[in-house]
Amino acid sequence: MSAKEYCKSSSARGGLLFMRSVPDVALGDRVLVRDHKNRKRSGQVIRTSNEMVLVQVFEGTDDLDLERTWVRFLGEPVELSLSPEILGRIFNGVGQPRDRRPPLVSGLKRNVNGAPVNPAARAYPREFIQTGISTIDGLDSLVRGQKLPIFSGSGLPHNRLAAQIVRQAKLLGEDTQFAVVFAAMGVSYDDARFFQEDFESSGVLGNVVMFTNLADDPPIERLILPRTALTAAEYLAYDLDMHVLVVLTDMTHYAEALREVATAKGDVPSRKGYPGYLYSDLAEIYERAGRIKERRGSITMVPVLSMPSDDITHPIPDLTGYITEGQIVLSRELHNQGIYPPVHVPPSLSRLMKDGVGKDFTREDHPHVASQLYASYARALEVRNLASIIGAEELTEADRQFLAFADAFEKRFIRQSEDEDRTIFDTLNLAWELLSLLPPATLSRVSDDELRKYHHYSTQMAVDAA
Amino acid sequence: MGRIVEINGPIVTIELPNVRTGEQVKVGKLGLVGEVIARDGERAVVQVYETTESLCPGEVAEPLGYPLSVELGPGLLGEIFDGVQRPLTKIFQESGDHIARGLNIAPLNRDKAWHFEPATQPELGERIAAGALLGTVQETPSIQHRILVPPDIEGELIDRAPAGDYTIEQVIARVRDGSGHIHALKLYHRWPVRMPRPYLHRDHAAAPLITGQRILDTFFPLVKGGKAAVPGPFGAGKTVVQQQIARWSNADIVIYVGCGERGNELVDILETFPELTDPNTGRSLMERTLLVANTSNMPVVAREASVYIGVTLAEYFRDQGYDVVMVADSTSRWAEALREVAGRLGQMPVEEGYPAYLASRLSAFYERAGRVRTLSGESGSVTLIGAVSPPGGDFSEPVTSHTKEIVQTFWALSKELADSRHYPAVDWNDSFSGYVATVSGWWDRHVGLGWKEKRAEALGLLAQADELSRIVNLVGPEALSPVQRWTLESSGLIKDAVLQQSALDPVDSYASPEKQYVLLELILEIYHQGLDLLGLGVPVQELLVLPILGRARRIKGVFPSDKLDELRGFGMEIRAEFDRLRDEYRRAEKTAV
Repeated sequence: MSAKEYCKSSSARGGLLFMRSVPDVALGDRVLVRDHKNRKRSGQVIRTSNEMVLVQVFEGTDDLDLERTWVRFLGEPVELSLSPEILGRIFNGVGQPRDRRPPLVSGLKRNVNGAPVNPAARAYPREFIQTGISTIDGLDSLVRGQKLPIFSGSGLPHNRLAAQIVRQAKLLGEDTQFAVVFAAMGVSYDDARFFQEDFESSGVLGNVVMFTNLADDPPIERLILPRTALTAAEYLAYDLDMHVLVVLTDMTHYAEALREVATAKGDVPSRKGYPGYLYSDLAEIYERAGRIKERRGSITMVPVLSMPSDDITHPIPDLTGYITEGQIVLSRELHNQGIYPPVHVPPSLSRLMKDGVGKDFTREDHPHVASQLYASYARALEVRNLASIIGAEELTEADRQFLAFADAFEKRFIRQSEDEDRTIFDTLNLAWELLSLLPPATLSRVSDDELRKYHHYSTQMAVDAA
Repeated sequence: MGRIVEINGPIVTIELPNVRTGEQVKVGKLGLVGEVIARDGERAVVQVYETTESLCPGEVAEPLGYPLSVELGPGLLGEIFDGVQRPLTKIFQESGDHIARGLNIAPLNRDKAWHFEPATQPELGERIAAGALLGTVQETPSIQHRILVPPDIEGELIDRAPAGDYTIEQVIARVRDGSGHIHALKLYHRWPVRMPRPYLHRDHAAAPLITGQRILDTFFPLVKGGKAAVPGPFGAGKTVVQQQIARWSNADIVIYVGCGERGNELVDILETFPELTDPNTGRSLMERTLLVANTSNMPVVAREASVYIGVTLAEYFRDQGYDVVMVADSTSRWAEALREVAGRLGQMPVEEGYPAYLASRLSAFYERAGRVRTLSGESGSVTLIGAVSPPGGDFSEPVTSHTKEIVQTFWALSKELADSRHYPAVDWNDSFSGYVATVSGWWDRHVGLGWKEKRAEALGLLAQADELSRIVNLVGPEALSPVQRWTLESSGLIKDAVLQQSALDPVDSYASPEKQYVLLELILEIYHQGLDLLGLGVPVQELLVLPILGRARRIKGVFPSDKLDELRGFGMEIRAEFDRLRDEYRRAEKTAV
């Protein structure tokens, strides 16, 4: 392989550079593009044959004069330099500093694409993370090594929620802090600043690596950014034994960038113009979360994505939900009622909760209480629908109790303030207090013993509440 | 030797004359393995099972002369293989946390010696048929591995090894075929995965596959040798349903294919199954389980291969006379892998980007299920259960709709049920089973009479209740007659006490057919008793507050399957409570008179 420079570009469009007759270029190789003003851009080979090489240029292909564009094939994959000094730094998508500090000097470089983790090497995530947020801890618990996205919509407080998780996340009975890898793709300057200030004010900034691509930065860079960020996360977790929390925001911008490039390449579109490989592409990112046998560190991932028009069946949230281990869905309705965090309980889910809560982890009644709250709230929402049609007066006595339960659940359990850090035991006790508004006969998900121990139903209280 | 011409993702074009389509090819300096999917003049289009990054035009490629095949022999059970049958535990030991490329590790352990017991028939010098028994190896305490003559070899048995310990590379028999060629047979042989293994003839499937899940066994049964699909949006519990089947079903062998799904789900199986016991044999579940894993971050082309690897392994155990269940989670990811390759080849997309051959590939795959008479005259079956992941939960999308036409049992999962944590979220309206008539005889003979009628009555109640709920949602519950209110309550009872089943609760996770039957009988008893009292004029409000209803909702988690008498005892409590109410009411009536 040669490190010769070629000036053989035949066309440039949509961030892609087509090169004629460059021999022996390997797929995935890093490329340095020098334009007529001697500006440098970086790229990667995404298709290759002796007749035609296709290069994806992370900084985009605007303002390129094909006759005066020189391309150097470096004969190595796209890599990230790594050292413990990455903590506290801010980089762009290809790992160049954005904080006006010098680039990292390190002999350790890793291919940003990584290699798939062997399923036989994984350890099952089981350690409960207390986020201090009742809806998450009580109903959809996060465990160390899980990937749990926040499905949001434009204008909803997903950034505040993500920042609160970063601030409060800890293991029960342990005081180790998480290192944070923050990857921002196509976010506005304001959002990026919000996170930076939040990390600063809570004093975690020295434990954070930020990779940012702002809304006006080239979209193609968004394709490499999460991979770069996760390479850093893997280094922190598996080389430096840290527990890493990765926040990826906003995955919708990532997928849109992928669609942009796919369209330019002429890939066959499947749903809504997204390429058929969107699923495997997203999986390459999300599946890098997890725990590995005999490694002390872990990667817990909280991707944030905004659902276009709040549509959970849109390909991006849909495919994400098929890959991640659950999802926290935010509700515009609750948000409009002034409830923070506006977690829409019914569609929210944590798949790894079953092995991380209960006896020995949190408290023995936790799994049953969570299931019971779901069931009772679902019934209560049905009653509320009914009440909006026939009026609350027409409801039966039992139904009115459910109506009271729904209100109390939203105002006291879901709602909490941005700096309120509830312990899991506070959350569970609060849950029983609310379940005590309902007669025991309607609670089929909890055991008789738990009812005796925690349920304090009195007819009078129910009547008062109704 | 050929030379690479072009690399486009997993599709590599190679100047390689005289190579057959379907043949395996070793590509590039790394020695990545791929499969020829098309020939175009001198060029071969190869799909490579591993990431093609760093591959370069001009690198060499070498045809291997055989199609994608699996190794079949002792050592399969308890293993986890990747999508092209490479042993992942061994890869972990050799290449670390991440899967290195170009590894060439044989699927089966070459060093381990197995104790081989030769068969007594036929005598040396006699004719031995294809698929005939050569001997046995006790692979795990619960599974005896029957070593058979490969299906494509028959002739005169020249010699057969005596009892003893052999590695799989040692020759254990020799057979001279019709043309005088002598085949040296070992404990293992290879078989191409895209070719169904032959059998004598198909048999009718008659016995139900018992999964211990009430909504499946009692309401939408599947038979051994049947084909089923579990479609559902994300979060509806497909994986839990599949894992429950892998855990509890009364099959001899379970093959779990994790196709494009989460890595942690397979780890869950790897970590929990060895500690769980098979309710039918009392042995560790891992002894009868085999995993094929192509997680969503592993190369997509191997995903396409993984289901064929799985089903060929299933057929191999079927040929030994076992009932095999193969669970594929998820067939949608397999179809998407087909779509990705088709797209890269520039094939014309038909529906949602899928190639035109999607339907025929799906039906040909499911057709490999069935109960058969094997070449050696035994009875064996392959049951195929495929999860389907429809985009947006839309069942009209191509993979779901084509699958629905093929399968006979359809367990449709519903988002609404899952949202209220009613698991398994199998929707009783959208699901169906074509095997009800087939298995009702089995239930009558083995469990209790009138199974079919009870099932029909319960489903009828659920259907009526859905109708009544619509009325309630329009005009409120007061508009219903007392009998209608009671119907609504009873159907709620069926949902909570029978259909809803917790996979996490140790008591409730598995329900034997007997427990399923008794539980349904008890709930129907409550319904009938209530109807009777309503007929006497007891106000429905008094029935709705009976404490026995709350007890009934929880009883499934109180008595496990081996405490049926206690469960039946609950029937006495039911009758006692209703009798008490009946007497009270009669007394009150008398005093009023």
